[in-house]
Amino acid sequence: MKIVVTVKQVPDPNSNLTLEADNTISREKEVVLDPGDECGVEEGLQLKEAHGGEVILVSMGPERAKDAIRKGLSMGADRGVLITDPSLAGADALLTARVLAAAIKKEEPDLVICATESYDGSTGMVPPMLAELLGFPQLTFAKKVEIDGSTVKVHRQTADGYQVVEAATPALITVTAAIAEPRYASLKGIMAARSKEIKEVAAGDLGVEKGRPAETIEGVVDAESRKAGEVIQDDGNAVEKIVQVLAAAKVL
Amino acid sequence: MAAILVYAELSEGKVATTSLELMAKARELGDVYAVALGSGAKDAAATLGKHGAKAVHINEDSVFDDYIAEPATDALASLVESEKPDLILFGFTSDSREVAGRLAARLGVGLISNAGDVTAKDGGFVAKVPYFGGAKVASMKANAKPAIVLVRPKSFEASEKGGTAEVKQLDVKVAEGSRRAHITERVAEASEKIKLEEARVVISGGRGMGGPQNFPLLEDLASALGGAVGASRAVVDAGWVPYSMQVGQTGKSVRPGVYIAVGISGAMQHTVGMKTSKVIIAINKDAEAPIMKMADLGVVGDAMKIVPALTAAVKAKKTK
Ligand SMILES: Cc1cc2nc3c(=O)[nH]c(=O)nc-3n(C[C@H](O)[C@H](O)[C@H](O)COP(=O)(O)OP(=O)(O)OC[C@H]3O[C@@H](n4cnc5c(N)ncnc54)[C@H](O)[C@@H]3O)c2cc1C
Ligand SMILES: Cc1cc2nc3c(=O)[nH]c(=O)nc-3n(C[C@H](O)[C@H](O)[C@H](O)COP(=O)(O)OP(=O)(O)OC[C@H]3O[C@@H](n4cnc5c(N)ncnc54)[C@H](O)[C@@H]3O)c2cc1C
Repeated sequence: MKIVVTVKQVPDPNSNLTLEADNTISREKEVVLDPGDECGVEEGLQLKEAHGGEVILVSMGPERAKDAIRKGLSMGADRGVLITDPSLAGADALLTARVLAAAIKKEEPDLVICATESYDGSTGMVPPMLAELLGFPQLTFAKKVEIDGSTVKVHRQTADGYQVVEAATPALITVTAAIAEPRYASLKGIMAARSKEIKEVAAGDLGVEKGRPAETIEGVVDAESRKAGEVIQDDGNAVEKIVQVLAAAKVL
Repeated sequence: MAAILVYAELSEGKVATTSLELMAKARELGDVYAVALGSGAKDAAATLGKHGAKAVHINEDSVFDDYIAEPATDALASLVESEKPDLILFGFTSDSREVAGRLAARLGVGLISNAGDVTAKDGGFVAKVPYFGGAKVASMKANAKPAIVLVRPKSFEASEKGGTAEVKQLDVKVAEGSRRAHITERVAEASEKIKLEEARVVISGGRGMGGPQNFPLLEDLASALGGAVGASRAVVDAGWVPYSMQVGQTGKSVRPGVYIAVGISGAMQHTVGMKTSKVIIAINKDAEAPIMKMADLGVVGDAMKIVPALTAAVKAKKTK
């Protein structure tokens, strides 16, 4: 089975973000493989271990997004493809999906794995757009995936439980953090990753036209914040105080 | 007047609350019509009329219930072609997101996701989108026609204002090739007594609860107050509680009368889902936790001690 996992490099969620003068999120911060995509890589590796095949990581980003691919390769993925091109900076979700679709088509995968949304942009729109552009069905919010011959079956997380969803491959799935605990790269894995192939592709090679982005940022303001209220130490009277607040709010 | 199309999501044959919230906003933006697909669409049309839809395009085929995104995308694509809306509004919910993304890709237009508000401006639309982890809000102008905007649940208040919608049968040929991602089974895990989104009191636990074994403390308090229990993503990801309990950017948005955050630090991605609650109470052993800066009442102390004592006090007060 040929599995493509899309991987995005994002500012480290554990570091503080800063804004550039043009209101884009600073990329000069520490960057990491998106933790959601780490789960995608893990799931891809587990499926490969169970069913054989190949795991290919595909990313669109600046040159240094290679580090994110390298991280996935050190976990055990086979090779990577990086679409990098200065003209793609500031791409919107649709352009991102078009670029990824063009690169992924060349691989003719049986399965494409994405995270439900990224840690930075979090539009959650790249996967459904990608599925549409690839002409694949989408099995989304998967917290469990099974492959049986050419059928893929997922447990799709819903607000109050899950649905069982099935489709024939080729298909695109999105996975939640519940899917699998990402493995640590072993020293051997890290060494092996150094010699694994990362193919660089320019946007022009893919024949994708850059249209006008979906949105133009007109301005950025501070979010409305609530004012701090009273902060008290629990010296034994805290419960009484909470009860008063509950009563004042008429829920008690 | 601009033509606004609202994608009405049906859940168990009823219009989802989020879709009704969108109706309230859509009324301010132009002439509203809606589309409802799947079992219950006809009844949904009546509800949508009461919420201000002039016309509702319906199709009751169960293919829309049973297959993910693609049949609905077919229906919407044909509707867009015939009706040429200026703006299409979707809820930022699992089901709607998938349709919106596919539709945008098929039409070749971009979209704005995760918006908290939409306004009309200079003949176009501007959406407010949480930015920078929620600390900032960006105004984004939609460049496409139709403009497609996905709006977070609980961004607006639903209200009835309207009359009877004209019901229009939407004849759409769902291609055989669109019957692919097939929902074969639905399993309910959370036997929620009170829905998190509808509860007047929400008590949420975070990593400070120490482990799943302590969540019953919150359940007890919730049942004493007639509320529901929520959680931070940290404890959902850790597998302590199911995703259905997650509050925040990638979980549910709630707006209860009282929100009690227990052992939750108050990361932006959490607070974006609860900061419009009327009253916020935080229980945290760290006086410097960000949640303390937004709570109406912050109690610095050990949740393991305070919560059981609070439950007892609430029970005592109620039997009085
Ligand atoms: C705060 C903010 C708001 C934004 N709002 C919008 C908006 O409303 N509309 C819009 O069109 N764009 C928007 N963008 C831009 C958008 O984030 C980028 O286009 C981004 O490249 C793709 O979207 P995403 O990160 O939201 O991906 P999502 O759709 O959230 O990502 C889901 C998954 O898709 C895959 N994926 C996404 N991007 C890549 C990539 N570059 N390489 C490999 N895999 C990838 C990964 O598996 C990822 O986990 C916004 C950006 C920010 C920072
Ligand atoms: C893209 C993205 C989406 C996200 N979506 C969400 C989301 O939807 N919802 C969400 O919640 N998070 C979300 N997060 C994660 C978020 O950033 C935080 O990591 C998370 O909310 C932290 O959870 P927490 O407050 O339970 O844990 P922590 O931040 O670890 O806080 C635990 C708190 O418990 C307190 N504590 C410890 N022991 C006790 C005790 N005995 N008594 C009282 N207090 C105690 C500590 O002082 C601390 O303040 C998202 C992150 C990203 C990047």
